[in-house]
Amino acid sequence: MSVVPSPRPFSESSPLTRRIAAVVVVFYAVFTILPLAWIGATAFKSQADAIAYPPKVFFTPTLEGFVDLFTVQTHQSRDFIAKLPPPQTWYEKIARDRDMVIAGPSRVVERFLNSLIIGFGSTILATFLGTLAAYGFSRFRVPLADDLLFFILSTRMMPPIAVAVPIGMILLYTAVNVSLAVWLLKGFIDEIPREYEEAALVDGYTRLQAFRKVVLPQAVTGIAATAIFCLIFSWNEYAFNLLLTSSDAQTMPPFIPFIIGEGGQNWPAVAAATTLFLLPIVIFTIALRKHLLRGITFGAVRK
Amino acid sequence: MSGTNVTPTLVDGMAMRTAAPVARRLRGLSDRSIAWLFILPTMLLLLAINIFPLIWAIRLSFTGFMANLPAPAAFIGIDNYVDILTDEDLWANFQITAHFVFWTIALQVLIGLGLALLINQKFRGHSFWTTVILLPMMLSPAVVGNFWTLLFQPQIGPFNYLIGFFTGIAPSSFTMIGSVALAPWTVVLVNTWMWTPYVMLICLAGLRSIPDYIYEAAEVDRASPLRQFWSITLPMVLPFLMLAVLFQAIQSFVMFDMVNLLTSGGPGSTTELVSITLKRAAFEKWETGYASALAVILFVTIFGAANVYVRALNWVKQQ
Repeated sequence: MSVVPSPRPFSESSPLTRRIAAVVVVFYAVFTILPLAWIGATAFKSQADAIAYPPKVFFTPTLEGFVDLFTVQTHQSRDFIAKLPPPQTWYEKIARDRDMVIAGPSRVVERFLNSLIIGFGSTILATFLGTLAAYGFSRFRVPLADDLLFFILSTRMMPPIAVAVPIGMILLYTAVNVSLAVWLLKGFIDEIPREYEEAALVDGYTRLQAFRKVVLPQAVTGIAATAIFCLIFSWNEYAFNLLLTSSDAQTMPPFIPFIIGEGGQNWPAVAAATTLFLLPIVIFTIALRKHLLRGITFGAVRK
Repeated sequence: MSGTNVTPTLVDGMAMRTAAPVARRLRGLSDRSIAWLFILPTMLLLLAINIFPLIWAIRLSFTGFMANLPAPAAFIGIDNYVDILTDEDLWANFQITAHFVFWTIALQVLIGLGLALLINQKFRGHSFWTTVILLPMMLSPAVVGNFWTLLFQPQIGPFNYLIGFFTGIAPSSFTMIGSVALAPWTVVLVNTWMWTPYVMLICLAGLRSIPDYIYEAAEVDRASPLRQFWSITLPMVLPFLMLAVLFQAIQSFVMFDMVNLLTSGGPGSTTELVSITLKRAAFEKWETGYASALAVILFVTIFGAANVYVRALNWVKQQ
């Protein structure tokens, strides 16, 4: 269409511009990742290295932080330790080297399990309910559909503390997640052509069969993406868990700040917990790259 | 909506042409009952967990109820609301919240849009670096707030050390969390670090939605790059940017997790966002009635503002 021949394709900028852009973006990315890298590194430091001044970039890695995180230890005199039978395991040895004796496992395993149980439980429920509701909104003429959908969204605008009534954590997290699930899945199901179902209906399937055998297999990627988003949100949730549960259902986020060692915060143990806790999210984020935009905007922006 | 009309008639047509038992199997449950069957559980759950407590909170907001006392809730009319709207300390907290929301959004928009424009140059490896930049926003805000306390330690933390390294200021001469002057900016900084990728990602989607032929036409008209930016890029990205601002404004207005662990409102009450005041009133002072009234005010404020904003957004979209 252009009369004047263009020197380069329009969507491409000049090599110099691109190079400058690359430098600035990489610079920003490095700075943005630095805090995370620091926490990851601190997890492998000894306590002395973690509180060294000036802050240490190079250090001998140790698993002290992880051992401290997963065990309860008592301080003992050298004489006492010398009388004990030799350490059986590598983690006992790490403790003994610092005049500590492992007394038992710490509560962190329970907290991790709580995070997993509540996270997966609410994810499965929210995705299940969300898929059904999204299909309902996507395929049928529901009276007041827009109002109902807006109502679902508006439950997200409440300050979490306003809803503070003790209820089962899973149900609570499910309710938080289901609004996201409905909106995301409605978008995914909207994109599946109705013709597939109609063909199935003509072939003698009932609605439910068509839903199960035609729509669900088509929506499986969308359901998986939605499930991962729900999992991330329940994994990350803090306020409800802090305010509404006894320690029995406590998850990791409210627990991590209370990991303290003898005489002040045990930074390597805190960093170890943080690293273990954040690692799955980092992996999921990379896996979800393509659906990220849709997930964080409740399906408002699709690529 | 045409599909919704097609399906039933199609099924009806089939049903009429088939023998009765087959027709029953063909139709199974009616579409209408399936629709309700599918939607109702979600609605009931949301009603039970979101709406019921809200109604409860509205009821409590007219009482002097304290959850740690056995005394029944005494009706005190709109006293709680009068207290809140005339309380100068609370007004200060609203100003702190406004400062927080305004500056995080300003910085996020500036940096986020800038990064999106740069990434849109599609240099080699841009998708890898985009993913790296995206990581902070997916992390748990509470855990983020907690680990930044380590980074901000004046002696052992790398943040002060880096600042000292580049500016020559002694690293232990200032505390990001403990200082009245710096703390409000510290929470802005961490929130910006965390949520800039969010604005960036949405802007990037906006930039990628602009068809090439518009730029081609502009180039034919010999519009300068700056003019192209002002009259094509910016107006086309604006609806996306406004959407990002909406989500971020709601998010920072009810922000609790990150700030609670980073500064827990301190020093003094210099970073006490309204959500933290709410938590203190509800779970430290146990003024349940008062806290309920504050929660209702917050919800109505956000809900109203979001509605007005969405109208503006739709108006921009139509332009």
